[in-house]
This record gives sequence, structure tokens and C-alpha cells, in this order.
Amino acid sequence: TFSALLAHGLAADETKQVALLDIDICGPSIPKMMGLEGEQVHQSGSGWSPVYVEENLGVMSVGFLLSSPDDAVIWRGPKKNGLIKQFLRDVDWGEVDYLIVDTPPGTSDEHLSIVQYLSATHIDGAVIVTTPQEVSLQDVRKEINFCRKVKLPIIGVVENMSGFVCPKCKNESQIFPPTTGGAEKMCQNLNVSLLGKVPLDPQIGKSCDRGQSFLAEAPESPATLSYRNIIQSESENHCANESPRFRALLCCAV
Amino acid sequence: VLSGKGGVGKSTLSTELALALRSAGKRVGILDVDLCGPSIPRMLRVQDSAVHQCDSGWVPVFVGQDKAIALMSIGFLLERPDDAVVWRGPKKNALIKQFVTDVAWGELDFLIVDTPPGTSDEHISTVEALRPYQLLGAILVTTPQAVSVGDVRRELTFCRKAGLRILGIVENMSGFVCSHCSECTNIFSKGGGEELAKHAGVPFLGCVPLDPQLSQSLEEGRDFIQEFPKSSAFPALTHIAQQIVDTSQRSS
Repeated sequence: TFSALLAHGLAADETKQVALLDIDICGPSIPKMMGLEGEQVHQSGSGWSPVYVEENLGVMSVGFLLSSPDDAVIWRGPKKNGLIKQFLRDVDWGEVDYLIVDTPPGTSDEHLSIVQYLSATHIDGAVIVTTPQEVSLQDVRKEINFCRKVKLPIIGVVENMSGFVCPKCKNESQIFPPTTGGAEKMCQNLNVSLLGKVPLDPQIGKSCDRGQSFLAEAPESPATLSYRNIIQSESENHCANESPRFRALLCCAV
Repeated sequence: VLSGKGGVGKSTLSTELALALRSAGKRVGILDVDLCGPSIPRMLRVQDSAVHQCDSGWVPVFVGQDKAIALMSIGFLLERPDDAVVWRGPKKNALIKQFVTDVAWGELDFLIVDTPPGTSDEHISTVEALRPYQLLGAILVTTPQAVSVGDVRRELTFCRKAGLRILGIVENMSGFVCSHCSECTNIFSKGGGEELAKHAGVPFLGCVPLDPQLSQSLEEGRDFIQEFPKSSAFPALTHIAQQIVDTSQRSS
């Protein structure tokens, strides 16, 4: 969800070329979220063509290689790694300003491989998504340690599903309670940035299911405001750190 | 307990199912094969426990109010709780095999296996390792929205290809009733799990609502089934457990 909305948010600047790469091989959700379900990948002389949502927003996912929504990708690690390599090497991305990589949960083959394959270029860093409760945070600490182990810079953590405001009585409920201080406390303890907190909004799921940008469909939602703040500080940070190469961001969750 | 999707409540369901089955007098074990994100120890307040060896293999950690549920997880083998398990497939597969064959489980009525999301190494290896032991079947967990259901469809295919009987689908995080005004909001939509079960011709085991008391209980490692019988998720969870017991009785 975060990867898809980050891509939409960055692509709102039509001068920027955004690429969204979905390496969740077993659970490729990006095509549906971007309204591209059923699309197929085309081959050309210069390689595989990404599927374009907008002129400046291209997407690649194993979802585009499957002929039915029931098709399961039941592959062990080496075969998944092979496809990830192809996605990086054989897709004709063109000139790209931002490459966003959506990863599956965990710290395994896909994560090792993407870091390894992109090591020749510069990965700006990882955005790690969590929910507020300790059961989630304990896995995020592992993800942070993974990043440190493989020397992947951590851009910061996003606390998703952070509270719910009842549409009727406007009282807030902590459905996923931050019993150990939430992402905020964890970030303080581990010296990583908290990029923002995104509250629950039923419209998010609806927009994702319909393949529409939640940011466009619910511009007044507090969740949209949170997303825009996060995306804004992301792009500002990168303008401040000028580099001739493109920005590569990994979105990890647990 | 499987799902194509992460974060839908597999570990929660595995834990609550174990507690409910234990409450119904069954001998229960939990095998946590989510090697990258082992959540079960914390959900049962044994995150600081360690395992040791005996003549018949590794001794599981015993949890629950009467310390009668046997639990094995990689969480118990980590030196530090924040250590990441950064393993590729083959190493994960080897440990899973050991967890099945080298743990002194004792006599069990039910062994619940909590898996990570996906259809990859852990899932293939777990099914292979458990095949000699009369697998009752798989419970698939989804949240109601289409994006989750889309991944769980693939998990159904995995089950079919692996010859794994599908016990049914659980639609988790299905609706939230505000504790202040009782208004029900379908935060993650509604009905997708039930529709999928119908479409796929598999049993629908029920809807479990979002329940802050359940989340809190898991955070604190409490026995939700014993301590919160009036909470909104209780009826659904015990109903799921009852259906599993009924199915297993019919099977034997």
C-alpha cells in the first residue's frame, strides 16, 4: 500500500519518471492496487516493457506474467532470485528518476537478492513499514538489523494503521495498540527516523481494491495528509542530496 | 495456518486456535515456522524462554495457563530477540525438517503450524516434512478486501497442488465495532473471504472482527479465550475451533 501510494505521490510531479518494481513474487499485489490487473508484459527489441499507469509511472510485477488470478508461484529461492535479476536487467525502464521496490515480508532470498543486485548502483535506502503493536515492532527491529547487516541505509520507519477515528462519534480507538510506545519509541531507541504515522481509513482499502489512488480519491483524509507529508519530506531530502543517478527506494514490511 | 498475504492474522489465529482447543481439553502443540518473523513466543508470553535437548530431541516450551501447550519456534534459538534470521531457502528448509522430526512433542491431538505469508520454501518444506503424519488440512486466513483475497486465491492453488486438504477460510479483521458508540465500520471492507470460499467451493469458517481487546491480549501474552469470553472476537474464534474438532472427529 505504501509503495503504491509513494509511487503515485512522486509521479504527481510530471517532470519525474517513476518506476515501481514489485518483487513480492508469491503475493504480487501491486498490479491490482495500480488498476493494472489483467495487463500483460510485452517484449520489444530493448527488453520487457513495464506497464504504464501514467506516462511517467511504469510498473513491473510477476502478476503481469501470470495468466490467471488463481495461478500460484510456488518457487523456491533460486528461481525467485532469477526472476528478480531479470526484472532489473531485462526490463526497459528507460530514464528513471525514482525506482521504488516493493518487497514481501521477511529477511530472506528476495531481500538479499535485491540488495546484492542493486549493489553496483546506489540504493538511497529502505523505508520500513510497521503497525504500532509490539508484535509487529519486534519483527521490524529484525528488519532494521537486516538493513544494518547488509549496509542498506535506512531512510526511516512509517507507522501504518496508527489509530482509527470512528466516523460516527469521532472517538479514536487504538485497534493495534502501541503497548511498548509504538514506532516512535522504537525509532528513538534505535536511532532511526520516524517518517510519519498513517491512521486507518476504510477508504484506503476501497481505493486499493479498485486500483485507484487513495490520495486522489480522498484528498481531505487525515491519512492522505500523513502520506503527503511523508512523500514531501522524501522528495525534499533527495533534492537536497543531489546525485546524478536515480533514487532507489526499498519498501520493506514485516 | 496459511495465507498468501502478510499481516492478516495467521499467528493470531494459530495462537487463539491453540488456546481454544486446549480449553476444550485437547493436547495441543504449536510449530512456528515463520523463521523471519516468529511471533508466537511473544503472543504466549514466553519470548525470553530457551529450549534444551533431551534424549528424544529438543524439548518444546510449554505454554498456556496449565503449561500444557507445546511450542517450538526459531524465536527460542536466537541469541538476541532483535537478531534477524537472514537465511536463504535451503537453510530454512533444514531447520523446518528438524522442527518436525527432532522435537519431543509427546502425544498430541493437534499440532498447529503457523507459517509465514507466501507459497515458497517454508510452505513446500513444511508440507513435505509433515506428510508422513496425516495432515488434517489447511486453514487459510484472509482479510476481507480484494487485495488480500487475491493473494489467498493463489494459496488455495498451492494447497491443491500440494494435495493439502482445505479445512476452510477465515475472514479476519472483518468489521470493527466502536466501543464508544457501537457503530460498525468495515475498515478493511467486508465479505471477500466468504465470497472466496463460495467461489472456490471450500468451507467458510467464519468472520473474526477487529477486537482491540484481542490485540491487547496478544501484546501481553495473555490467554484471550480464558480471560475475555465476552469480547467481540471470542464467539468467532471458539466457533472456528469447534469446527476443527468436528472435522477431525469425522476424519477419524
